Amino acid sequence: MRKLRALWMRIGGLFRFRGADGEFSAELESHVAMHVEDGMRAGLSEEEARRQAMIRLGGLEQTKIAYRERQGLPWFETLWQDARFGLRMLVKSPGFTVVAVLTLALGIGANTALFSVVNGVLLNPLPYPHADELVTVHASKQNFSEGSISYLNFRDWQRDNKTLEALAVSRGTGYSLTGMGDAEEIRAELVTSDFFPLLGVKPVMGRLFAPHEDEVGREPLVMISEGFWKRKFGSRPDAVGRLLTLDGRDYTIVGVVPVNFDLQINNFRASDIYVPIGQFRNPALNYRAAGLGIHGIARLKPGVTLEQAQADMKQVSERLEQIYPEADQGIRAKLVPFKYEMVRNVKPLLLILMGAVGFVLLIACVNIANLLLVRSNARAQEFAVRSALGAGRVRLVRQLLTESLMLSLLGGALGLAIASWGTKLLLRLLPEKLPRVADVHVSGAVLCFTLAVSLGAGTLFGLMPALRIFKQNLQDALKEGSRSATGSRQRVQSWLVVFQMATTLVLLAGAGLMIRSLMKLSEVDTGFQTRGVLTFGLQPTPTMINQGPDAERAYLREANARIAAIPGVDAVSFSWAALPMLSDDEDLFWLDGEAKPQNQAGMHWAIRYIVEPGYLPAMGIRLRKGRFLAASDDEHAQRAVVIDEVFARKFFGNADPIGKQIHLEQYDDPATVVGVVGHVNQWGLDNDAVNPLRAEIYQAMMQLPEQQLRLTMMGMDTVVHSRYNAEATFNSIQSAVAQMNHEQVVYNPESMEAAIAYTLTGRRFTMILLATFAGAALLLASIGLYGVISYLVAQHAREIGVRMALGADRRDVFRWVLVRGGKLAVFGAVAGVLAALALTQVIARFSSLLYGVHAYDPWTMAGVTLVMMVVALAACYLPARRAMEIDPMQVLRTE
Amino acid sequence: MGNKTDVWQGTLALMVLKTLEAMGPIHGYGIARRIEQTSGNLLSLNYGTLYPALLKLEQEGFVASEWGLSENNRKAKFYKLTRAGRKQLEREARDWEQATVIIGRFLSPAEEA
Repeated sequence: MRKLRALWMRIGGLFRFRGADGEFSAELESHVAMHVEDGMRAGLSEEEARRQAMIRLGGLEQTKIAYRERQGLPWFETLWQDARFGLRMLVKSPGFTVVAVLTLALGIGANTALFSVVNGVLLNPLPYPHADELVTVHASKQNFSEGSISYLNFRDWQRDNKTLEALAVSRGTGYSLTGMGDAEEIRAELVTSDFFPLLGVKPVMGRLFAPHEDEVGREPLVMISEGFWKRKFGSRPDAVGRLLTLDGRDYTIVGVVPVNFDLQINNFRASDIYVPIGQFRNPALNYRAAGLGIHGIARLKPGVTLEQAQADMKQVSERLEQIYPEADQGIRAKLVPFKYEMVRNVKPLLLILMGAVGFVLLIACVNIANLLLVRSNARAQEFAVRSALGAGRVRLVRQLLTESLMLSLLGGALGLAIASWGTKLLLRLLPEKLPRVADVHVSGAVLCFTLAVSLGAGTLFGLMPALRIFKQNLQDALKEGSRSATGSRQRVQSWLVVFQMATTLVLLAGAGLMIRSLMKLSEVDTGFQTRGVLTFGLQPTPTMINQGPDAERAYLREANARIAAIPGVDAVSFSWAALPMLSDDEDLFWLDGEAKPQNQAGMHWAIRYIVEPGYLPAMGIRLRKGRFLAASDDEHAQRAVVIDEVFARKFFGNADPIGKQIHLEQYDDPATVVGVVGHVNQWGLDNDAVNPLRAEIYQAMMQLPEQQLRLTMMGMDTVVHSRYNAEATFNSIQSAVAQMNHEQVVYNPESMEAAIAYTLTGRRFTMILLATFAGAALLLASIGLYGVISYLVAQHAREIGVRMALGADRRDVFRWVLVRGGKLAVFGAVAGVLAALALTQVIARFSSLLYGVHAYDPWTMAGVTLVMMVVALAACYLPARRAMEIDPMQVLRTE
Repeated sequence: MGNKTDVWQGTLALMVLKTLEAMGPIHGYGIARRIEQTSGNLLSLNYGTLYPALLKLEQEGFVASEWGLSENNRKAKFYKLTRAGRKQLEREARDWEQATVIIGRFLSPAEEA
């Protein structure tokens, strides 16, 4: 308490020490006078009495200083002095100040912007209660480490586990909504009753689904999103209890889901409506072997670790495997922590970028350190004088550090402004699907980061000139006058430039590898044409459901003919099951001559495309052998399939596959291979080649069994090739389909070009940012080199003049300067290549950003080294010209 | 003069407080003379160190000061003990006595036996 009071009074003392000074002088005066009087009374002369009084006091000034130090806070006063002096110094050289502050602001701003993304995405806790207990649940099986869960397995897992507080599943779907204005396709998620309670979601209105309401055969219920509630019902409370007509069936609205609810994991998308999974009208819901795109989330019981839960779920799945050896062979529950699931795709990318932007700031700091070194040379005399007048070295270092910290704090403040703008720019550039975008903003943590980075940067570049004060004999500067020893500083500066060059090369190499990867990817043969291909969803009118296979086939033929008649459309095909880059589906089979396997684990797998004859021309797939599916491959004809070249090579080797028979799991009759087509890139440009599942099989839509044909009436994909642009084509398709029937919906148009570009957004984003950072680094480093070489020329102007006077060629001088600069650049390049070889390995090891290039790709390394050398020599050009134009006479005259 | 002791660290404040208690309001010069006299001129006090010590005590609220007139009609700053200062004096005096007793036992352990 007392200490605090004293501190408070001392802080007060800071602001009134002038008046108090006068008061203390008066007190001292009276003290001395009394002492003198006493002395005189004791018989001393006045002079002697005063001398004695002074001796006993210990000096007037010394006492005043001691008093003043007790009165205020001396360290603060020193700081204040330093700051004022520093400010004067900064104002005195505005050019230097502006350049330094701007450089820092850009560096700190870029770091802050990226950190606010990293902070929001990777560091902030998830917005769910006890989020660390949340996991996502998948079924690992052959070909898929995180495959989908079958409904029956889910129910057993839910019942048998001992470590999960709750287990819920969801699956995306779509419904056509009728009876509320135009027919409309709306996104929906099928969920179980535990889904919302597990996440702590509270309904805005009404209630959540109750236990058991999610089971098969229950009354159709629906929850709607807050946005949908507002759009369709004007947020009226009486919406709860009303009916929604989905796919021609009435669902009772029971509650409203809050507007901000979203999970941001791969297998879930926030939707307009949520329906209990028991309402899913897919007969496969009761096939234990069918995953159906169902994925789970779960909450661990308090105190249960992920490993314990994983072990428990393993036991549960193993028991099921024993009971259902056919369907559940090799199927295991797999738990993944929620946060990891959310960020695993972007984490390496963000960390690499964070590292890169840190390098840029480092280079900026080195630049400023170099500028300060030059300045400190100019100020060597000032420091010598100050130290001669009694300033200690620590005091001088403190002065220098105060100045550099002021620079960096100014830069930091400006950087914060740049960052708040830069963060918005980043978010616009970022891959669309970046998780947790809403959590990205300039928060307290970000402000702390900026402050720490500013102080760190200021200390870093301020320390270099400051340390020299310790090494240098300051008095030398006084003796030597304006020309101080330059050797050691020149060396320090040179090393700093070498360091900059090396760091820049690392960034250039990173950017170069990304550019090479993207180039390689753009050269990847997808196996289909991308130009002019449009895909969209088509949902037939709800009245088509359950009309029988003949009516369904007639509908498909009519719809196909209508779309094909649209001007510009060359080819059209409906598609169900897999679609390259967009969705996947698999089929199991065994070859003719093989015994029918006991279970699925003994069968072969292939990617399944269920299409119409128009698919081959629409997608521009190459026919290798035989023929593609034709209109004649219909319900009356023999079952025909077309395979791709990977399938042919894998299962038939060198034998001719045409006419061979295979047995598809779901049919009793064998299918005959009628043709072989080129391989199509199913899994995306980059990872198709490494996917274990690459064999492809095409089946005719008209030959689908009744049960599956019925499912196409709930929605299917359409692939169209058009000579006109995607938007115009889609508009004419919309009106053509509406003419046919008002209750059917076309939705979700996407051009193949966009779909492919989308798979590259993450890489493109990384490439753009890395290239930007590398460019900034190159600029900064070349400025640094320019500065050092200019300084070198200025320092050696006399020497150069003398040499020229003695007959040296101007070209020799020019070459001499270029060689000096080039040497630094070469050192930097060598060090940089070595560092880059190590760091690009990290990129290759911890991310999948590189494609088709080695981390040590010699072409990239050579290319970026060349770029850097050219820029470095360009930076030396001006100083070299200046050196060449030195007038020897003038130099000798000033001598 | 040869045998004088310097003021030990930390004891000056205690001496000042005790002096103020004994003398009532008094100026800095008076405190200095009084401390010297009380010590039987065995203590060498650098008068200049007295003033920062007084300032510290004032900042801590143990003493208060005001301007007044000295015996010789000279303007001087007078210091007096506050209530907090009185308590502090008791506390410090007690601590000091305890410390001297302990040190005394170490120095002449024979008495103990």
